[in-house]
Amino acid sequence: MFEEYTLAIIFVSLMGFSILLYAVLDGFDLGVGILLPLDQTDNADTMIASIGPFWDANETWLVLAIGLLLIAFPAAHSYIFKELYLPTAILLISLVLRGVAFDFRAKAAFSHKPTWNRVFKGGSLVASLSQGYMLGMYVMGFESTLAAYSFSLLSAFGVAAAYSYIGACWLIMKTEGELQIQAVAWAQKTALVCFIGVISVSLVNPLINPNVYDKWFSLPNAFIILPLPFICFALFIFSFIQLKQLPKVNDKGCWRPFVAAVVIFTLCFFGLAFSFFPYIVPNKLTIWETASAPESLNFVLWGTIIVVPVIFSYTAFSYRVFWGKVRELRYH
Amino acid sequence: MLETLMLSRIQFAANISFHILFPTITIALSWFLFYFKLRFDQTGDPVWMRAYRFWVKIFALTFAIGVVTGITMSFQFGTNWPKFMETVGNIAGPLLGYEVLTAFFLEAGFLGIMLFGMNRVSARIHTLSTLIVAFGTSLSSFWILALNSWMQTPQGHEMRDGVAYPVDWFAIIFNPSFPYKLSHMLVASGLTAAFLVAGISAYRLLKGDDKKAPKLTLKIALTVAAILAPTQIFLGDMHGLNTLEHQPQKIAAMEGIWHTEKGAPLLLFALPDEEQKTNHFEIAIPKMASFILTHDLDGEIKGLNEFEGNHPPVAPVFFAFRIMVGLGMLMLAIAWLSRFILWRKNQLSPWLLKTLVVMSFSGWIATLAGWYVTEIGRQPWLVTGILTVKDAATDIAPENVGITLTLYLVLYVVIMVAYLHTIFTMAGRAIEIEEISIDEQVKPVINTSKNTVEG
Ligand code: HDD
Ligand code: HEM
Ligand code: HEM
Repeated sequence: MFEEYTLAIIFVSLMGFSILLYAVLDGFDLGVGILLPLDQTDNADTMIASIGPFWDANETWLVLAIGLLLIAFPAAHSYIFKELYLPTAILLISLVLRGVAFDFRAKAAFSHKPTWNRVFKGGSLVASLSQGYMLGMYVMGFESTLAAYSFSLLSAFGVAAAYSYIGACWLIMKTEGELQIQAVAWAQKTALVCFIGVISVSLVNPLINPNVYDKWFSLPNAFIILPLPFICFALFIFSFIQLKQLPKVNDKGCWRPFVAAVVIFTLCFFGLAFSFFPYIVPNKLTIWETASAPESLNFVLWGTIIVVPVIFSYTAFSYRVFWGKVRELRYH
Repeated sequence: MLETLMLSRIQFAANISFHILFPTITIALSWFLFYFKLRFDQTGDPVWMRAYRFWVKIFALTFAIGVVTGITMSFQFGTNWPKFMETVGNIAGPLLGYEVLTAFFLEAGFLGIMLFGMNRVSARIHTLSTLIVAFGTSLSSFWILALNSWMQTPQGHEMRDGVAYPVDWFAIIFNPSFPYKLSHMLVASGLTAAFLVAGISAYRLLKGDDKKAPKLTLKIALTVAAILAPTQIFLGDMHGLNTLEHQPQKIAAMEGIWHTEKGAPLLLFALPDEEQKTNHFEIAIPKMASFILTHDLDGEIKGLNEFEGNHPPVAPVFFAFRIMVGLGMLMLAIAWLSRFILWRKNQLSPWLLKTLVVMSFSGWIATLAGWYVTEIGRQPWLVTGILTVKDAATDIAPENVGITLTLYLVLYVVIMVAYLHTIFTMAGRAIEIEEISIDEQVKPVINTSKNTVEG
């Protein structure tokens, strides 16, 4: 049995881990949705086929992340979602629309397909924007100031760009021919936007948040945290060079931009997490103030320790089954 | 404040009511699919594959709506009922957590292989994936109903400073109403799926689809319905007896009994009047309620007068109960009649087929009615004896709840129309697909064809 102090740290790490996985996994399929072309080409079908077998499992990481927040830090769950009541509703509605459009587009009368494609694209875009907006408001401590709203709007576009970027990288890896070339072009554009986004957040965040400033620029923290932006920077440069050369003969290295994007996402996430720890509501509530009873957390923890490795193994199995370039989807 | 409370209640009720429609179908439909696939593996008869392919599409669509509306639910607890988690979060949290960890990931993880993996994995692994998805949906009902039944009949916890702490997890999960709720709900799902399969198969037959698959699925669905309908009535009766023991005020509202009496009549119809505490226009079978509930014609049943100020609103519970039981009886009659005729004549007359089409979604109505009995019958409590609904409400501005409620309602109407339209379109389109497609003539177990047609 763990004590209260450790339990809160374990659970906040688990939650952070699911948020990161969600951002990467649903990130690429929201991104593919944002990039979906609306002309009636086969490309749209191929793009959707590339995420078909995964999107449901990907979204489950969101359910787990929100679930862990609710289970382990219930007071923070109510606080955050009361502050973000309307953006949350918009997020949910767009996730619903996108999820159903995915299925309806393949099954409704043929004449309705373009409409559902549009819903799918729009839903993906609005879901990404609202997640970015929520992240921005969170970083700004839910203030109702002009600065906070502007920052959140920027953050909305930043997250949509980041998802499009990782989505384009996913497509480079999963497709071939004309669509792959198109995906490289998308990746180049969106990578540039992300690059600017990451740099501006790294500058703005410590400037507006005194706590964050102290953390980033005091020793020994600075040794751990300051390299992060520089590694990110290097990875972006690496991706730009790679993207210039793609596609190569035999499709060599088609996976490199995606892996680089995943590492960039991870580093940014650590940067943010590090800035706020141990607060779960920035500058207001710490993880220890909001944690549930230890007897409940221990009960969940044992299950988690057993179940999570199992989840990983069958997720890996599923990715292996659908490994390689996309084939046309068909229900069998 | 009061406005926010009302709006929050309506919003919660709308969201969960819309959500439950889809799980009710998928929980049991996944078992139907497993059965079709298993029979195909055993016999290699392509008709099973036809049945599987048609129904797996409807399953995928229903499942997707179930998933996305479910995600909405997990955000609601904190936003609309903050006090709920503060008071009983130590118990509700872990139960929800186990649902996500054990059930949702399992379903979602194997769904991709079940839907799209048939020619990427062996037949055996594919059938196994179908089984795992089916198991996952049932497991998810296990956890969520453990929570819901604990809210009805809480035990295994202790209260410290107004907050519930878990003492005995086994007692919490297997609380008194849990076995009844779980079995009644799973059978409700079975009936709902059976009537859906029967109704859509009947629709295809009526449209002149003369293939073997719809006839086969009609027969299977009617067999299942004929077995489950009486089972459900039996389980419902047991459920009622258990409720009489733990929540007698709910039974009094269901039966419309205002004053404690011996030899209480069974009301087939009445108009309960909350003001005058009596019923109008009663149509009743004398002493029957006492007989059903106490197995004694002169048994005593507690009336609402014993729970002054602490009982649910009577009319909605009273009517919802009659709708559920009425539909249960109707399902029994139709299932037995159709199955009997199918057995004797090997086909059904057009009017019986039409009746089945009309009944396609009857399971939805009965299930919703059942949940309304349970949930409204628990009022004014949210968690019996621990927390009232009023105390759990949020303090968000009513306008905000108003906006989101409107948005959700519009969304639900659109999805519902599209869903029903698509299902019948798919059933209509199935007529044009030929009896056996080329790749099904290949021996099933070494199915290696490359397909380019979209599902
Ligand atoms: C009796 C069954 C039952 C009941 C009462 C509920 N659900 Fe549900 N839910 C399911 C049965 C189910 C399911 C069968 O497991 C679903 C439906 C389709 C699906 O994909 O899984 C599901 C999906 C589903 C999902 C998406 C899961 C995923 O990502 O795969 C969430 C987050 C919830 N539900 C949450 C809830 C909450 C918070 C409820 C209560 C207030 C609730 N459900 C009531
Ligand atoms: C799945 C089918 C369900 C349906 C159709 C349903 C329906 C309803 C309805 C109609 C109400 C409103 C009662 C009233 O306000 O008079 C309600 C209340 C409530 N139910 Fe359920 N319910 C379901 C399952 C659940 C489950 C599984 C849980 C919890 C785990 C739950 C938790 C609640 C809560 C917290 C309320 C209080 C809010 C309120 O009274 O409006 N419900 N439900
Ligand atoms: C015909 C005989 C039936 C009887 C006597 C019966 C009895 C009951 C009772 C007493 C309850 C409320 C229990 C409580 O909360 O205390 C209930 C709830 C419910 N009923 Fe029925 N029922 C019948 C048929 C059906 C049918 C046909 C369906 C659906 C297809 C159904 C679905 C439900 C559901 C979903 C609930 C709420 C969940 C639960 O409490 O288990 N019932 N039923």
